Amino acid sequence: MKIDLHNLTITSAHAHLTKGDFTARELAEAYLSIIEKKNHEINAYLEVFDDVLEQADEADKRLKAKKDVHVLTGIPLAMKDNILIKGRRAGAASKILEGYYATYDATVSRKLKEAGAVFLGRTNMDEFAMGGSTENSAYGPTKNPHDTSRVPGGSSGGSAAAVSMNGALAALGSDTGGSIRQPASFCGLVGLKPTYGSVSRYGLMAMGSSLDVIGPFAKTVEDAQIIFDAIHGKDPLDSTTISENTYGVKTLPKKFVVGVPYDFALGEGLHKTSAENFKKNIQHLEAAGCEIREVALPNIKYSLASYYIIIPAEVSSNVARYDGVKFGALEEGKDLLGDYLLTRGRLFGKEVRRRIILGTYVLSAGYYDAYYGKAVAVRSLIRADFKKVFDSGVHAVVTPTAPSPAFKIGEKTGDPLQMYLEDIFTVPANVAGIPAISIPSGTADIDSKKLPLGVQFMAAHGQEQLLFEIGKKFEKMRG
Amino acid sequence: MLKLTDIENLAALARLDIPAEEKESLRKEIDSILGYVGEVQKLSGDVVKKEAGDIKNVFREDMNPHLSGEFTEDLLAEAPRWQDNYIKVKKIL
Repeated sequence: MKIDLHNLTITSAHAHLTKGDFTARELAEAYLSIIEKKNHEINAYLEVFDDVLEQADEADKRLKAKKDVHVLTGIPLAMKDNILIKGRRAGAASKILEGYYATYDATVSRKLKEAGAVFLGRTNMDEFAMGGSTENSAYGPTKNPHDTSRVPGGSSGGSAAAVSMNGALAALGSDTGGSIRQPASFCGLVGLKPTYGSVSRYGLMAMGSSLDVIGPFAKTVEDAQIIFDAIHGKDPLDSTTISENTYGVKTLPKKFVVGVPYDFALGEGLHKTSAENFKKNIQHLEAAGCEIREVALPNIKYSLASYYIIIPAEVSSNVARYDGVKFGALEEGKDLLGDYLLTRGRLFGKEVRRRIILGTYVLSAGYYDAYYGKAVAVRSLIRADFKKVFDSGVHAVVTPTAPSPAFKIGEKTGDPLQMYLEDIFTVPANVAGIPAISIPSGTADIDSKKLPLGVQFMAAHGQEQLLFEIGKKFEKMRG
Repeated sequence: MLKLTDIENLAALARLDIPAEEKESLRKEIDSILGYVGEVQKLSGDVVKKEAGDIKNVFREDMNPHLSGEFTEDLLAEAPRWQDNYIKVKKIL
């Protein structure tokens, strides 16, 4: 049968694969042909793997034998370039990792391999996940498939664009301050940032270790849930991973209580269309029988400031490992110090260098208390704010995902602070460690293009189930 | 306000060779970012003391090591320069 990639979901593809309507090889071929057609313009993939069809054949063997068949068996996925798959190139879109081949599987890669998923390739991103537009890649920006003069968001912009251009059925990204949710919103996809620690970071190149988490891009909430179910869980190789018992799983409520921090959600800097869309989303939720309750998160206004202290601090120490000695590329100097200086100075991009300098500053003896110390304190206040709201019976807090629809390529590259402000709505969930999901909520008509918008739901630690439930309700209402 | 020498000192500490023409723009950018993130200083010292988190041991027991040398070859192959079983760097003494 003819494969309708545009309307295909993991659930429907799985049904077709098990019924024999098409094979995993035919499905993979369909995706490869789209990538062949579109990738040179969109630049979603940095590399398309040369063994995709062999992987698909393996999946077909399992499907044919009806043995070890998982819902992801034969499902073609894209991987962000900062997640390791043994024996394959991985580079976090940085020149400093030119020539690096992963020596081991990330835990998520191992789990997806065991499920029989097919890896199509590795996707473009902001270098080491630092950015909100994918313009900080050493390999050129990715374009938004909805309007190629605009960014796909970032840092996981390649993964978002890959799914959005029908060049993958779903994808993995990483989210440190919004790097899954914001591109999902810009590209019209569902993006999930799971609870901190629910998905193992083993084999994910570290940016901000206290914030990083791997999560899925998908076309539907159900598909995102399928991938989350496949990749989460306690892992002895990551001491920060949690089990289902860590926070307990609450029973699903009969009536959802949705908290709205109006001052924050409709604050200054929000694009007019995004504000209108947000108000309409609240009406939708009310119509669907949710109770809408205004909530106070008094310290949430400090989230972004606290985040942009914590993140450069962690970056400056995490990327110390890239030194031209242990792996990746080397820029020769006249002595060992010269090797370090040139390798790091020339092969790291501008934003990475900026964050290293900032991090070195906020961690230096004279400024540590004034910046890092305060930022960590703010973080626990924000966490306490959310706890209070969730303890009072609110099941999910809702905000826009991003302050505007996708912006133009080059629009924000001149001013790093403007780019940081993109993360205003997404950062609080990372700072607090709670799960959050972005769901398509309509479009904005700009320059005769339909640009996707997203709505974000956040829940208490470990309560992804609530996000999936309310997400499915929202999808139904939105139609 | 940051001085150009501050940027140079930070770059040296972080082992970054920053091109001369980039230092001034970097100084301005870092200054503007610090101005924004300085918001957190509105919190009083008491709050900082009270809220700094608790500490617990997250490390596993140091047991069941893998076989010595099991991964050596794979890992060495990724180093830009190596010889025999060693990573090679320029003379430091």
